[in-house]
Amino acid sequence: MLMFLSRRLGIMALTALCLTFVVFFLTNLEPNLEKLARSEGSVRMSDDQVTSWLEANGHARPLIMRYGEWLGVLPGWTRDVDGSVTGRCIRGGLTAETAPTRCGVLQGNWGQSSVFKRPVGEIMGRSLAATGWLMLWVMIVMVPSALLLGVLAGMREGTRTDRALSTVAIATTATPEYVSGVILIVVFASATAGISPVLAEWGWISGRTLFQGTATSAMDKITFWNFGLPVLTIALYGMGYIARMTRASMTEVMTAQYIRTARLKGVKFRDVVIRHALRNALIAPFTVIMLQFPWLLNGVVIVETLFNYKGFGWTLVQGAGNNDIDLLLSCSVVAVIVVLVTQLISDIGYAFLNPRIRIS
Amino acid sequence: MEPLGWGGIFARMAIQFWPVWAALIVTFAVSIHQKRKLGLYGKLFDSPIGMIGFAIVMFWVFTALFADLIITQDPLVQISSMKNKPPGEAAPEGSSYAYYLLGGDNLARDVFSRMVMGARRVLAIAPAATAFAFMVGITLGLPAGYFGGRLDTGLSFLANLVLAFPVILLFYLLVTPEIRDTGIPIILAAVLFIFPVIFFITLFNSRYFTDPPKRNLFIGITLVLGLWAYSGLAFNMDPLGVWSMDPNLLNVFVAVVFVNAPTVFRIVRGIVLDLRSRDYVAAGQTRGEGAWYIMLWEILPNARGPLIVDFCLRIGYTTILLGTLGFFGLGVSPESPDWGSTINDGRRLLSIFPHPAVVPAFALMSLVLGLNLLADGLREESLRD
Repeated sequence: MLMFLSRRLGIMALTALCLTFVVFFLTNLEPNLEKLARSEGSVRMSDDQVTSWLEANGHARPLIMRYGEWLGVLPGWTRDVDGSVTGRCIRGGLTAETAPTRCGVLQGNWGQSSVFKRPVGEIMGRSLAATGWLMLWVMIVMVPSALLLGVLAGMREGTRTDRALSTVAIATTATPEYVSGVILIVVFASATAGISPVLAEWGWISGRTLFQGTATSAMDKITFWNFGLPVLTIALYGMGYIARMTRASMTEVMTAQYIRTARLKGVKFRDVVIRHALRNALIAPFTVIMLQFPWLLNGVVIVETLFNYKGFGWTLVQGAGNNDIDLLLSCSVVAVIVVLVTQLISDIGYAFLNPRIRIS
Repeated sequence: MEPLGWGGIFARMAIQFWPVWAALIVTFAVSIHQKRKLGLYGKLFDSPIGMIGFAIVMFWVFTALFADLIITQDPLVQISSMKNKPPGEAAPEGSSYAYYLLGGDNLARDVFSRMVMGARRVLAIAPAATAFAFMVGITLGLPAGYFGGRLDTGLSFLANLVLAFPVILLFYLLVTPEIRDTGIPIILAAVLFIFPVIFFITLFNSRYFTDPPKRNLFIGITLVLGLWAYSGLAFNMDPLGVWSMDPNLLNVFVAVVFVNAPTVFRIVRGIVLDLRSRDYVAAGQTRGEGAWYIMLWEILPNARGPLIVDFCLRIGYTTILLGTLGFFGLGVSPESPDWGSTINDGRRLLSIFPHPAVVPAFALMSLVLGLNLLADGLREESLRD
């Protein structure tokens, strides 16, 4: 077990290193840096001025060195022009003597956002907290309903219930977030279409719409009316997939010998499903739910953009759209870590849950 | 003129779609009549779910083919008085059709015609990109699963690397105007587009290497056609100017293939790992057949069931990805009628004028749903034998 863990952790670290390097390379391409120079310096800089700006800010050196500095394994650059020393780590009241030699991600220095003009660490902390709430509610809605749907469909294979529920599951997987989000907004949060005008006319709702079409106010206070639609949008897309996996696993378990034995013994069908089948049928969906996290990340980006909720996804879009290199890099580090950690958890959890698998 | 009611709108739309209905009826009549002779495709018509899925998919395929006959207005022309008008509004005198059947968008263009033209756009890219991803995945997945060892470890590591990227992040990094200046899309295209050529050369070489004249003929044809298309598509240097790709489109295409290929690789590798221990493979090895012959002519045909099913699902997924790209306004021109960017345009005024966004949203949903149902039907029928 320890060998397995350390091997997995090693591969994980290697993957994270490779991925961050790729992201670093792609965000620090020549045109991006030029754009950065023009937006930070002045729009009307000549090409020579851009080159000298890049040199003065330490962007003109080999990529691998800059990556090392960003990571914090190489000492940050310093530059001595006529006695005034500038450098990567020298800022915010620090002088050349007091500044640390290394300041990168490993030292907890995530850089400065060029869009929001604030430290990236602070922005990331706030947006991750916001997204955490979103994810939490998505999980609370999605997982139980998906499992219920899958178990109900899979416990009697081929019946009408099974057909109907499976079609529902297929339909939700076929509806990406930007489609279901748009439809949900039109149906529940539009003042001119959907059910809101009718409800308002009947006097059932006090406002003009039933749900709110944006989730901006949920940053301060989460209510059912401002958070319902974004949560539902993400949960719907993921739900179908988990439900289908649960159904497949459930139908397989229901044909197993021990289920037949239990039935022949005279155990009630409900007890067979709940006591005997359910536990074994839920092993496969566990992995699927864990591997669903990277997909949820996609959903989060789309939904936060659509509903204007200022969480991780919204920050990523802002960073990418405005060429904010440090912010984009931190976003990708977080995303990559989330993906890798969930993969690890799903592997380990699978081994724990399934007694037939032994890790050596 | 009076605006149309919903009944009138649907009746007129149904009439506009007449080439599609005609083609659908012919397809279904012929297929159901001949279904016993058509193999897996024929068996599809035994499953109601598969048939519904097939009908939806073919509806959009025919819509894309006959788009020029179906559209009522030029999808790019703006008639300023029609801005944000609701469905069924009468168009002013002199336009090519009396109504804007599904209303006008915020640039006063006809939503219905844009949706129809969008089908052509989506169906031109999604299946082709999926096919390329399959070529890459199969060409790499077969040897990885069959030989195993270092090759497998290395390729799997690379595949997992790409898969660990959140797709949207990858799109934001790969599909930007800046990246086009650096030439990275062209390098990626050069790598990815060579795989079909490699695939077909190995395919023919392993089959006909005992019959050199035939082999040379086939490989010659592959090389000429393949490299001709390759030079045009990847480098835009086709001497005859037949094959070419808009740099914007190339960027999108490459990104989508790049995202899909590792998953296909993993699927193919998994199937090969399973099939490798079969008796017919051992028999082939004993007969002294080459490794590539066994992989391409014995293992691959036996893996076709799951691969065809995944192909259908993956076209749907690719459609979703293309929509995502459009939704974030990446890599498409603002004029483009493709569904993702139309949804993106429409969402700004969504709560006041819902129709410009809802129409392409339903179109996209129905196409993906059709592909999913089709895949489901195919899976059921292919498991039956």
